[in-house]
Amino acid sequence: MTPTQWTLLIGGIVAALAAPFVVYPVLLMTILCFVIFACSFNLLLGYAGLLCFGHAMFFGTAAFVTGFLLKSLPLTPEVGILAGALFAAAMGAVVGFIAVRRSGIQFAMITFAIAQFVYFLLLKAEFTGREDGMHGIPRRALFGLIDVSSNLRYYYVVLAVTALALLAFYRIVHSPFGEILKAIRDHEARVETLGFKPEHYKIIALTLSAGLAGLAGAMKATVYQFATLTDAAWHISGEVILMTLLGGLGTLTGPMVGAGLIILLNDVLAQFGEWALIAQGVILLVVIIAFRRGVVGEAKAWAARRW
Amino acid sequence: MFDHLSIQLIAGQLLIGLINGSFYAMLSMGLAIIFGLMNVVNFAHGAQYMLGAFAALLLLNGLGVSYWAALVIAPVLVALIGLAIERIVLRPLADLDHLYGLLATYSVALIAEGVVRQRYGSSGLPYPNPLPGGINLGFMFLPWYRLWVVVLSLVVCLATWLLIERTRLGSYLRAATEKPQIVESFGINVPRLIALTYAFGAGLAGLGGVLAAPIYQVSPYMGSSIMIVIFAVVVIGGMGSIIGAILTGYLLGLMEAVTKLFYPEGANLVIFVIMIIVLIARPDGIFSRAESTR
Repeated sequence: MTPTQWTLLIGGIVAALAAPFVVYPVLLMTILCFVIFACSFNLLLGYAGLLCFGHAMFFGTAAFVTGFLLKSLPLTPEVGILAGALFAAAMGAVVGFIAVRRSGIQFAMITFAIAQFVYFLLLKAEFTGREDGMHGIPRRALFGLIDVSSNLRYYYVVLAVTALALLAFYRIVHSPFGEILKAIRDHEARVETLGFKPEHYKIIALTLSAGLAGLAGAMKATVYQFATLTDAAWHISGEVILMTLLGGLGTLTGPMVGAGLIILLNDVLAQFGEWALIAQGVILLVVIIAFRRGVVGEAKAWAARRW
Repeated sequence: MFDHLSIQLIAGQLLIGLINGSFYAMLSMGLAIIFGLMNVVNFAHGAQYMLGAFAALLLLNGLGVSYWAALVIAPVLVALIGLAIERIVLRPLADLDHLYGLLATYSVALIAEGVVRQRYGSSGLPYPNPLPGGINLGFMFLPWYRLWVVVLSLVVCLATWLLIERTRLGSYLRAATEKPQIVESFGINVPRLIALTYAFGAGLAGLGGVLAAPIYQVSPYMGSSIMIVIFAVVVIGGMGSIIGAILTGYLLGLMEAVTKLFYPEGANLVIFVIMIIVLIARPDGIFSRAESTR
């Protein structure tokens, strides 16, 4: 790492540790959950070239699974979250098995349709509370020892989980497995001639990505202590696409920046009715037409020109 | 077990299925035409359908324009919007990964839905039925308007299919789908052909919207909710096959209705279940030709 990168990293860590004393912790935790969620999406589109247009199904289902387990069993939060993430990963494997039969644009349409299927199932299922959502998800002591009922305390737990998730993401994309994913993205036929089965790698990528997305959703359920169908709706699938593209596709820090910006934007525009939706559409359009490298990608390019 | 099934109930459900199928067929066809020529999955298709319905409603309430005039004016308005979308949004992205086209039209859909929701609220608005009354067929009552929708959508689908498969313009279109450079070298303006095709597809969606207005409530959500089904229909039929899209549309509308008779809870899910089965059993779709799969 260059000195600039070290400075940025240390500055980022200090800022993350000090942030809850300046900003409302729940807003920060929401951002962190979406940082993980956007990273999971980036793993698929940025590295494997797969556009999953239904990523909210993993996010939302994990939230309900975790909520349901925590409500019906005397589990501690970390067990509940882990169970939710594993459930989402298993879902990712199933979806992958179905969706990798077609590539490119059709993969996007299939994942979109499957996500809607899952949404309908959640809507019909008794345990989700249907339109009312699932309320009163308990947040018990972490490991049965540490009280995390205060949001300020829980923020540091969420921050630690986010750091671990980002580390996992970094390890995945920089592993030989990650290199093969990138090779599939750039030239699938060539990877196949080398004796790899692209379908298998895609299914594994989708499983890992769904697991991370599930981690994000499960954690969000413990932050808010409720889960709603909105978390599984197509609008959230679109939002995570926006976050990733706005921040910078295929970059490590881009989706973090994008998630932060969009959550803050939603927070600011929440009082102005539908303007949040319109703003998201306009931003996505501008990003796609004018700066496809995203904020981080453009900043890197600018820095490279300058030095 | 099926004692509740009377002939009236069955016929009534099948009619609803045929109506829904008419909309699925018209919209899937437009989507398939646009995809065939531009390789763009037009996510804004649902929004264009919704705009068609809103245009008809606003023309009626604001200017007193009748349904029959709106049937022509509203699709033209939506086609003009389509022309603008093609020029401003899609043309700059033509040489990039086709995923960008999908995402760009998705953002157009978001903006359209957001603006309509902001301006007219989220609740559905009624549109008066221009053809009240109906005919008693003995075993069921057939409202005139529903008959009109089924007939018109069949005519539109057939005419469009003939236009593309049997006319000179259609042959240019099909040739431009295969080899745009060669068609261009024959002196045909391919960019204009593409722009007009997109506008035509958008206009078809708008026409669908006007047709739908008296049947369903005119609501900002009507576009995104039908879009979800249309995607599944196109995946099942196989991309790029126009006749496949039309047939699958009608077929799935009827399948939905039949499911409603036997297992009402499953009606919303059946299309997706069929999609998953087709993907596992026939990954290229039921109507797709080998060369049209990408």
